[in-house]
Amino acid sequence: MARAITPRRKALNTAIAWAIGLVIFFPILWVFVLSLKTEGSAILPPLDVLRAPWTFESYGLVQERSNYFRHFSNSVIIAVGSTFLGLLVAVPAAWAMAFVPSKRTKNILLWMLSTKMLPAVGVLYPIYLLFIRMGLLDSRLGLTIVLMLINLPIIVWMLYTYFREIPGEILEAARMDGASLREEVLYVLTPMAIPGMASTVLLNIILAWNEAFWTLNLTAAQAAPLTAFIASYSSPEGLFYAKLSAASVMAIAPILIMGWFSQKQLVRGLTFGAVK
Amino acid sequence: MGQIQLNKVSKSFGNVEVIPPLDLTIEDGEFVVFVGPSGCGKSTLLRLIAGLEDVSGGHVLIDGRDATETVPAKRGLAMVFQSYALYPHMSVRKNIAFPLRMAGLDKAEQARKVEQAAEVLNLTDYLDRRPGQLSGGQRQRVAIGRAIVREPEAFLFDEPLSNLDAALRVGMRLEISELHKRLKTTMIYVTHDQVEAMTMADKIVVLQAGFIEQVGSPLELYQRPRNVFVAGFIGSPKMNLISGAEAAKHDATTIGIRPEHIGISQTEGTWKGTVGVSEHLGSDTFFHVQCNASPEPITVRATGELSLQYGAEVWLTPRQEHLHRFDENGLRIE
Repeated sequence: MARAITPRRKALNTAIAWAIGLVIFFPILWVFVLSLKTEGSAILPPLDVLRAPWTFESYGLVQERSNYFRHFSNSVIIAVGSTFLGLLVAVPAAWAMAFVPSKRTKNILLWMLSTKMLPAVGVLYPIYLLFIRMGLLDSRLGLTIVLMLINLPIIVWMLYTYFREIPGEILEAARMDGASLREEVLYVLTPMAIPGMASTVLLNIILAWNEAFWTLNLTAAQAAPLTAFIASYSSPEGLFYAKLSAASVMAIAPILIMGWFSQKQLVRGLTFGAVK
Repeated sequence: MGQIQLNKVSKSFGNVEVIPPLDLTIEDGEFVVFVGPSGCGKSTLLRLIAGLEDVSGGHVLIDGRDATETVPAKRGLAMVFQSYALYPHMSVRKNIAFPLRMAGLDKAEQARKVEQAAEVLNLTDYLDRRPGQLSGGQRQRVAIGRAIVREPEAFLFDEPLSNLDAALRVGMRLEISELHKRLKTTMIYVTHDQVEAMTMADKIVVLQAGFIEQVGSPLELYQRPRNVFVAGFIGSPKMNLISGAEAAKHDATTIGIRPEHIGISQTEGTWKGTVGVSEHLGSDTFFHVQCNASPEPITVRATGELSLQYGAEVWLTPRQEHLHRFDENGLRIE
């Protein structure tokens, strides 16, 4: 039975939703506010912070002290690179698992996903040593490869779920219609899987962009992405709130904007299969 | 040309043999229907011919050439699927043109053939729509269009009408038969519906548990079923099958008599019984009569005008010349 929604109830619901949204969004909002204050006023009690004059000074100082654009381009190269490198491996893998499954397919998928449960620090030393040996330390190539491998299980799993939604008969029809495997994947499977692939790409760019453990441990100066850029503003000598905030805003802004514009696609992608 | 020959073809999934070695020849231009209950292996057999499943043993010959190892794309066969399997991201025009595009035909030639097929199938007004905007019957026509444009050696139909409603089904049945008369191309058609099989086929292949029970024309199967299974499967309503004492009188383990071969009278006859449910179809009436001769009610087909009360006493007389006799192995006794 549908419950009658009175205007009062509706207003209440809206207020609660806004309150929850605000709680979730508040830290980001506060970081943004702090980034627009001087270093001196950023450490004042909250109300005084709001009353202090607004300034872009911290942004200027941050850009002066460290090269934002180098970090930014590192982040883009690593996030986008690792995602597309991952797709290259994951599309054939997911295709095989979705359309020619064997008895072990489910187990392989679970095993792949279980590697995500491994604490990363457990393999830090071997990978660190490997990187030194191979000369990959502090290189964008090295990071791209590591992040690709880290996120590969998720890419494969997501693509597998999307591919599973595509009826096998349609691919068989393509085969009957004279399509080779390449043509089948190119003209039939890919166009049908594009919404799923798009959300996979988006999610993985975000994951790779935000990844901090490996990017902090395996880089120094050359390949350091935005995560390292933020981290450089939290130093043992003390925190520079305003500059740290400005750096954070600069680091998360691109991904936040991208997320904002692709929100619909992301939500659809993440709930795909769960709700039909 | 589209002769298809199966030589000792078999299929196993793991340890389960779904089709034991089987021989079958489908002549060029024939309309062959594979019919059987669900799980009898008829669809698997079709997929083996298509190449969508690999055979576990034996050979598939198309026009005398061994196609066992040939990929589906190269077998020159077209298939219409139960789910239509249209490409949802392409317009009707692109769907129908797809096999031509794969074959590398130039654009003008593609367009000409698509227009032609669309005209035959009454799809001209829908060419720019997506499959999602079409009704079930229209979708099935698009699937057929996609199959005919490439002028295949043979058409394979996998239960193409089972997703359609009853009225549409009868219409499409006629359209497909009509198409066969016009194109004269070999067609292999899989269905579980024996009415479709009887009405469309030149030759019916009755399958059960992967075995071919009988191959023959619809009338051969109707008049001379080779065993009890075929006798019971072909014909609607089903043939009455009676075992025991009544069958022994005819030197058989089981006797069979079709509902249309039993006389019904209120005064005299061979078997006495009482009328149960009657089904009035207008043209015919089916009476379900409980007799001593059989533990199961016997179905009798009478004229549409005849009306009998529930519980009325009647006499049934099977016409001896239409009596089928089967031995202890279920095989027909001549």
